[in-house]
Amino acid sequence: MEKILTVEDVHISFDTYDGEVKAVRGVSFDLYKGETLAIVGESGSGKSVMSKSIMGLVPKPSGKIVNGKIMYKNRDITKLSSKEYRGIRGADISIVFQDPMTSLNPTMTIGHQIMEGIMVHQKLPRKEAEEKAIELLHLVGIPNPEQRVKQYPHQFSGGMQQRVIIAMSLACNPEILIADEPTTALDVTVQAQVLELLKEIQLKMGTSIIFITHDLGVVANIADRVAVMYAGKIVEIGKTEEVFYNTQHPYTKGLLAAMPDLNTGQDELQTIPGSPPNLLYPPVGDAFAERNEHALKIDFLHDPPMFKVSDTHYAATWLLHEKAVGKAKEIDEKIKVKKQSKTVGVQKSVRQEKLLEVKGLKQHFPDSRQSVIKAVDGLTFDIFKGETFGLVGESGCGKSTTGRTLIRLYDATDGEILFKGVDIRQQNNLNKEVQMIFQDPYSSLNPRWTVADIIAEGMDIHGLYKTKQERMEKVYELLRTVGLLEEHANRYPHEFSGGQRQRIGIARALAVEPKFIIADEPISALDVSIQAQITNLLRKLQREKGLTYLFIAHDLSMVKYISDRVGVMYRGKLVEVAESDELYANPLHPYTKSLLSAIPVPDPNIEKTRKRVHKTEWDMSASDYQLREVVEGHWVACTEAEFMQYKQAAQKEMLFV
Amino acid sequence: MKKYIVSRVGYMIFTFLLIATFTFFLMQTLPGSPFNDERLTEVQKQVLYERYGLNEPMAIQYVKYLGNIVKGDFGVSFQFDGRAVTSIIGERIGVSAVLGAQSLIVGTVLGLFLGIIAALRHNTFIDYGAMIIAVLGLSIPNFVLAGLLQYWIGVRLQWLPVAFWDGFAYSILPTIALSAFVVATMARFMRTEMLDVLGNEYITTARAKGISELKVVLKHGLRNAMIPIITILGPLTVALMTGTLVVEKIFSVPGLGEQFVKSILTNDYPVIMGVTLFYSFLFILVILIVDLLYGVIDPRIRLAGGGQREGK
Repeated sequence: MEKILTVEDVHISFDTYDGEVKAVRGVSFDLYKGETLAIVGESGSGKSVMSKSIMGLVPKPSGKIVNGKIMYKNRDITKLSSKEYRGIRGADISIVFQDPMTSLNPTMTIGHQIMEGIMVHQKLPRKEAEEKAIELLHLVGIPNPEQRVKQYPHQFSGGMQQRVIIAMSLACNPEILIADEPTTALDVTVQAQVLELLKEIQLKMGTSIIFITHDLGVVANIADRVAVMYAGKIVEIGKTEEVFYNTQHPYTKGLLAAMPDLNTGQDELQTIPGSPPNLLYPPVGDAFAERNEHALKIDFLHDPPMFKVSDTHYAATWLLHEKAVGKAKEIDEKIKVKKQSKTVGVQKSVRQEKLLEVKGLKQHFPDSRQSVIKAVDGLTFDIFKGETFGLVGESGCGKSTTGRTLIRLYDATDGEILFKGVDIRQQNNLNKEVQMIFQDPYSSLNPRWTVADIIAEGMDIHGLYKTKQERMEKVYELLRTVGLLEEHANRYPHEFSGGQRQRIGIARALAVEPKFIIADEPISALDVSIQAQITNLLRKLQREKGLTYLFIAHDLSMVKYISDRVGVMYRGKLVEVAESDELYANPLHPYTKSLLSAIPVPDPNIEKTRKRVHKTEWDMSASDYQLREVVEGHWVACTEAEFMQYKQAAQKEMLFV
Repeated sequence: MKKYIVSRVGYMIFTFLLIATFTFFLMQTLPGSPFNDERLTEVQKQVLYERYGLNEPMAIQYVKYLGNIVKGDFGVSFQFDGRAVTSIIGERIGVSAVLGAQSLIVGTVLGLFLGIIAALRHNTFIDYGAMIIAVLGLSIPNFVLAGLLQYWIGVRLQWLPVAFWDGFAYSILPTIALSAFVVATMARFMRTEMLDVLGNEYITTARAKGISELKVVLKHGLRNAMIPIITILGPLTVALMTGTLVVEKIFSVPGLGEQFVKSILTNDYPVIMGVTLFYSFLFILVILIVDLLYGVIDPRIRLAGGGQREGK
């Protein structure tokens, strides 16, 4: 295979007020023609900075490439003048960023933004550049490109915007396309479409893609090879199958184990303890050693070199050293035993008492003009005491609004919400019984308050203690419950990592000893290894305190793992409600089917053979379209006729049980 | 859009009448009278009051006054016997408009330039220099600056005329005195906005396309940075108008501001009220224009309605 880009021992540092942050610490890899190389890692692992350095876009003057070479077409491109670099950017190498909404200029038509690069690099006149732009929009699957080319970014949906950006990056037929988390900000169904588009384009144009992501499912779907980055280094690199099925580095193993498996029920997710090291003071030896419970002595002393596993597969762990062979086997055995012990004993909660009843809930918001936005439009469901009810759907489907209405952040437009059989509007201490955990652990904690004050605010309001001493004792206890330390009480939120902040948010919710907790995407802003920690914490608290959860999320695999029952929302309505195993095994509504088929699974073999169910249109406007119970506990929104079909199919199934 | 403009114009008229009412009653509470001249006898005063309708009940005066405004009649001046206020304004406004427009254009262009340069050379000597100029421009009042300019450039160096209005050279010093404030405000805002905009991902995207840095700044940066800048354009214009009151007086420029000050000193109610209303009208107009400018620059406002997206 033809090598088109070689990265050799690149070091990148950033000057900050605190000192030099070594973001990338000696990264080397090759990129071959026409392949997709995925770079995986958590936030702060240096994967984004690495990719930007190839484009010469490391923010100056704070960031600089300290050492190393990036060879492209027999030239070290890190040495190019800014003018020479401009000749490569957009023409030979181009980039797609994470958030399509912020990477398009809001005041310029998309056609114009696509044409810019063409006019600079290919020196085409305006007219021809516009024709080329239309052609590109057609290529990336935007309908009516002739009209759309004159529109502004805000007139496109998120997925369409990302297509526009891909068109823009392809404008000059680049040899290398860097995709920096291009699907992270998108819904799963849209993500599936964008991934398909990238593959299609690669097939047509032979582009090499560097795909940066933190999602192992996406990697399994799209990558030919994978490089796993941790603390500024590549710890493992190889063909996708090799890295997934013959994993060598403990960090890669940990990442794979932390993903909830859609197929088996687990009692507790495996986690990687702790959080990534601070690269202001990079650790000596293997950076992962501190979080690795099976770390060897040498891991703390010496940096492991890249060991060869096969011609294409390398990993930087001392376990591959010839003297560690025996030890490595021993550790593998230990992990296997532990895993087995954890998969037994999945208990189902018993549903008896209804804690929350929602009947025909509607939440409409007045638009700027005469119309209203029907965010939630007729929801009916119950949540039983002690269970976890998952609410899933794409962004804008009304799931967050539902959560907020339940806690009376909004007053419902219509419908009834009964908590313990009483209308929530007639409950005085609803806020003591129901608490909320928010998505963004950064903006949901007041930065000028100490952790103790943040946690204790609810107790202050409800007068849940008598003396100052008692207040602090309660705070300490809560901190311990969520896995933090007593001395954290007097610190401020900015001193904590994302995962720790989310723990503070949970402690705050628990402070008033609520019965019911609404968790609005509590883990979606966190890294994979941290997600597992928080999810386990939530499960543990539920067992110990008998809590009831409403778990709102768009990550379907996590929802399946944590929920007893799941409700699928689409455009303000529930389209399907069932026990989570039943829903995933036997989805009935076409929307649920398309949603489930869009989740990438961290298993390359499954991803390769899998067929996606494309969203087919269905008519929700029929007068008899409503939730109906097909099998016991499995409700689907359908018409009378569809209902009969579902029912017959279900009865046939029953015969084979 | 059309509906929006119509409703805005409606509000404008309402605001205008409100100001008219307010000025009228404020005027009534002022002590003294336009005919305080000791040489006038009681009888003569009575005749004058009669003639200008000043001895009628306040309510009737007010109704008449409003009625006249609607007809576009602002009354006649007390000080210049029998001359209509509108004609006084008409005669004076030209000079003020030239001076104001000159200051606004010079100030905006220079301010934007300084701001952009400061942002592009963030945390360097150039940045600090530009910001020092901005702070000076904000902190030195225009009448002090006017005096300094007159003394140094006019009297000591003899480069430019010190006062009066007789051609372009005469307008240079007042323009500088007036625009210093505009330069300073614009520069500070532009720097902040530009820094903000340059940190956006679409700027990185633009750079990634390989277009030149100048194009990145002018085509992608400037337009986005201009959106908030337009907001301060309104208050700045207003500040300029009021600035002319003093500056025109200092440079003896025969503009509306100078006339206004003179009228206040002689209690010439109709002219005071007429000019006040005229200024108010301009202010309201400026604010409307600024709001409409948003739409021109920002397609998200211009095309509102077509761009409904499902929010998160």
